[in-house]
Amino acid sequence: MTLALFIEQVFNGIQFGLMLFLMAVGVTLVFGIMRVINLAHGSLFMVGGYFMIAAFDATHSYVLAVPLALAGVVVVAAVLEILVLRPLYSRGHLDQVLATFGLTMFFNEAVVVIWGRVPLNLAIPPLLAGHIEIFPGVSYPVYRLAITGAAILCGALLYLVIRFTRLGALIRAGSDKREIVEALGINIGLLYTAVFGLGAALAGLAGMMTGPLLSVESGMGDPILILTLVVIVIGGSGSVRGALVGALLVGVFDTFSRVMLPRLFGLSAGSALVGMAVYVLMAVVLVFSRTGLFAAHRG
Amino acid sequence: MTLSRRSILYLVLLALALAVPLLGNTYYTRFATQIAMYGMAALAVDLLLGYVGLITFGQAAFVGVGAYVTGMLTVAGVHDALIVWPAAILGAVAFALIIGALSLRTEGFQFIMVTLAFAQMVYYIAQSLRSYGGDNGFTIPRRNTLAGMSLANHTVFYYVVLALLVIVMVVAARLVKSEFGMVIRGRRDNERRLAAIGFPPFRYKYAAFLIAAGVAGLAGALMANHARFVSPAILSWQVSGQLLAMVILGSAGTLMGPIFGAAIYLVFQQVLSDYTDHWMIFFGPLIVARVLFVKEGLWGMLVRALGAQEIRAPRRPVATDRGAAE
Amino acid sequence: MTAMLETVHLYKSFGALQVTDDVSITVEEGEVHALIGPNGAGKTTLIGQLTGELRPDAGHIRFDGRDITGLATADRARLGLARSFQITSIFPSFTAEGNVSLAVQATEKHSFRFWRPAETLERLHRPARQLLRQLGIVERADTVAGGMAHGEHRQLEIAMALATNPRMLLLDEPMAGLGSEESQAMLELLARLKGQYSILLIEHDMDVVFSLADRISVLVNGRVIASGDGEAIRNDPQVRIAYLGEDDEFGEADA
Repeated sequence: MTLALFIEQVFNGIQFGLMLFLMAVGVTLVFGIMRVINLAHGSLFMVGGYFMIAAFDATHSYVLAVPLALAGVVVVAAVLEILVLRPLYSRGHLDQVLATFGLTMFFNEAVVVIWGRVPLNLAIPPLLAGHIEIFPGVSYPVYRLAITGAAILCGALLYLVIRFTRLGALIRAGSDKREIVEALGINIGLLYTAVFGLGAALAGLAGMMTGPLLSVESGMGDPILILTLVVIVIGGSGSVRGALVGALLVGVFDTFSRVMLPRLFGLSAGSALVGMAVYVLMAVVLVFSRTGLFAAHRG
Repeated sequence: MTLSRRSILYLVLLALALAVPLLGNTYYTRFATQIAMYGMAALAVDLLLGYVGLITFGQAAFVGVGAYVTGMLTVAGVHDALIVWPAAILGAVAFALIIGALSLRTEGFQFIMVTLAFAQMVYYIAQSLRSYGGDNGFTIPRRNTLAGMSLANHTVFYYVVLALLVIVMVVAARLVKSEFGMVIRGRRDNERRLAAIGFPPFRYKYAAFLIAAGVAGLAGALMANHARFVSPAILSWQVSGQLLAMVILGSAGTLMGPIFGAAIYLVFQQVLSDYTDHWMIFFGPLIVARVLFVKEGLWGMLVRALGAQEIRAPRRPVATDRGAAE
Repeated sequence: MTAMLETVHLYKSFGALQVTDDVSITVEEGEVHALIGPNGAGKTTLIGQLTGELRPDAGHIRFDGRDITGLATADRARLGLARSFQITSIFPSFTAEGNVSLAVQATEKHSFRFWRPAETLERLHRPARQLLRQLGIVERADTVAGGMAHGEHRQLEIAMALATNPRMLLLDEPMAGLGSEESQAMLELLARLKGQYSILLIEHDMDVVFSLADRISVLVNGRVIASGDGEAIRNDPQVRIAYLGEDDEFGEADA
């Protein structure tokens, strides 16, 4: 492996990891605060990608399409939260898992009804096309750098919100002491909607940013969701810090195993191992800490 | 001998099941076979869900391992079901040994995620098997033979599957009432108390996990034979979700419920997909509605409507101890 | 002489909070040792460490001479350390008799028996019914436990602890939530148990404590500030101050 390839893969791994982080934050916050398992999070990722395409088709402008698509995702999320999530807050895990599973079925089919089965492509914004030399002799796509930067920005904003705003304090309090928040008379329903909306926006954003890299199609959120869950198992449920560490670990590990394992073990054995790699990582973490690396005190 | 209403209900259902091939159309026979096989897999899920209290989103992995082992052996020239099907079960249990050891250390949300993740891992492994068609899967030239008897005839195959299903149900019924069954039900009710009275919970959860995997593996072997086709699709997490849905549609914590649920699920799926290609757009919300608005599964409702609940007979003191030895 | 139960310099903290602070107590064989203290003193955490649900940061626990500090909860129960819970913890979907039978079943070497229905096993059910009779709830034997009254639950808790053939009982507020008649019945029951088992009793009800306990230890802020017989504790000024916060007559703790 050349140094250039190594550096390229490190960057790819971080970029992928940060996308997973955006996804994981939503799931882990929703679980940590509302104690709800939301399997439909992958659908929000997918909807983000589709809305981006639709918004771009309508406005022919990336600058307009981004907020438009994001708004669309948040609206969908709000409707979901009111109709389906709210009744689930008081239910057990099984009900939550099944109901959100039903939602993924619905969304996967709904996008087919609206946009058809053919995978759609979103072109990279011309401003961000092309490559840039990040290190001597290492050329890297501008777009990937851009979305990495955007994700870092989101992470920083999230940190600021959680640390320094009232909403953030409520989020932190909510995940530790639900009863106190309720006793303070704060409209907990609104808090929950806000948290869910925030998580959904991040997921939608991840979907929008990843759109030009993959093709947008029905079910594209499913493998992402699974990896997101792996991130949370590794990082610990309810912990944003855990989500970041876990996501970066998974992102880098996955990227490297895809490149290295076929080289080391040949094509067929290698690809089988690639499929297993991330889960072996998860298994190892589980052996050492059954609640993940940074689990919030109450699981 | 007077039969309880419950027993009569069972006999009626059995008679209906036996009568299906008499309708003369192999379509119905094949459909009923599907119900029986999925019912068996759903029963495995219910064993864990309704009796041990574990929500597993990864049972499809064991169904799939059973199917793949069956397919691989058959393609390699081993045709006898008496060898292939136990091998499928053992294969599923082998995977469960590892997956169970790791996932049963976790609880609640974590457990669901971990079982889902490991099942996905098995899915990706299956996809990577190039010599077995990769993502496209592979066909099996012909069905296994059962002690020399060919299973190519759909009716014959159906009766074999039905017989196996009945055997599994009888064994499961004894299991959940046995001492082992009491321990795992205790675990569902209150794992903390279970440990406090002296039952180490892990080994019992683990045993139940292995048993459920074996049953799922058998179902997978049958599915591979039925379709004469095996592909990674059988390992997808959607299938795991389907099995869970079948269990609650039917009634969790019962043995007949999952079978009922499988029937409802597959019938609905068939009816809706005849109506539109996009049946999932209705089916998804249907599942959501069932979860949000309906308290009970259909089997539970049926039993109550017919007054066929199992009567809990008050204990009469028995003078002698029947003996401790098993 | 080896005590039945012995903790040696037990420490446990949650973050910055020291919840168990150098606790060394013993329960001699056959004695009733009561542990009292205000809410938040760390009694629950201590019980958790004794039963194996929590791991101490430092220190040892010995049961009948044997170090059990690293032992899992179930293993301790099998050694003869039984426990009743402060907040009722039973198997709600089982009948009362089923609950106790399961506890009896726990004494068997293993339960990997898959065929005979447990309901038909007299070796489990006869002792169970006997215990229910002893506790005065045998007529509820076939009631689903989840539907029983609170007082009956408390009795069921004790029945289950006794069913495992223990040598020592950890009773966590057995009187919790009982009316006066039920309390009287429970007190009589505990008096009958005294001497047959070594008992560590956590209780708020001072009448019960003073009438039953051979020794009393007072736990405040994770530390044992006094330990002795009823008379000694009653007269200990430190106890009065620490427990009540003011120099007052040693009355009953709030309900």
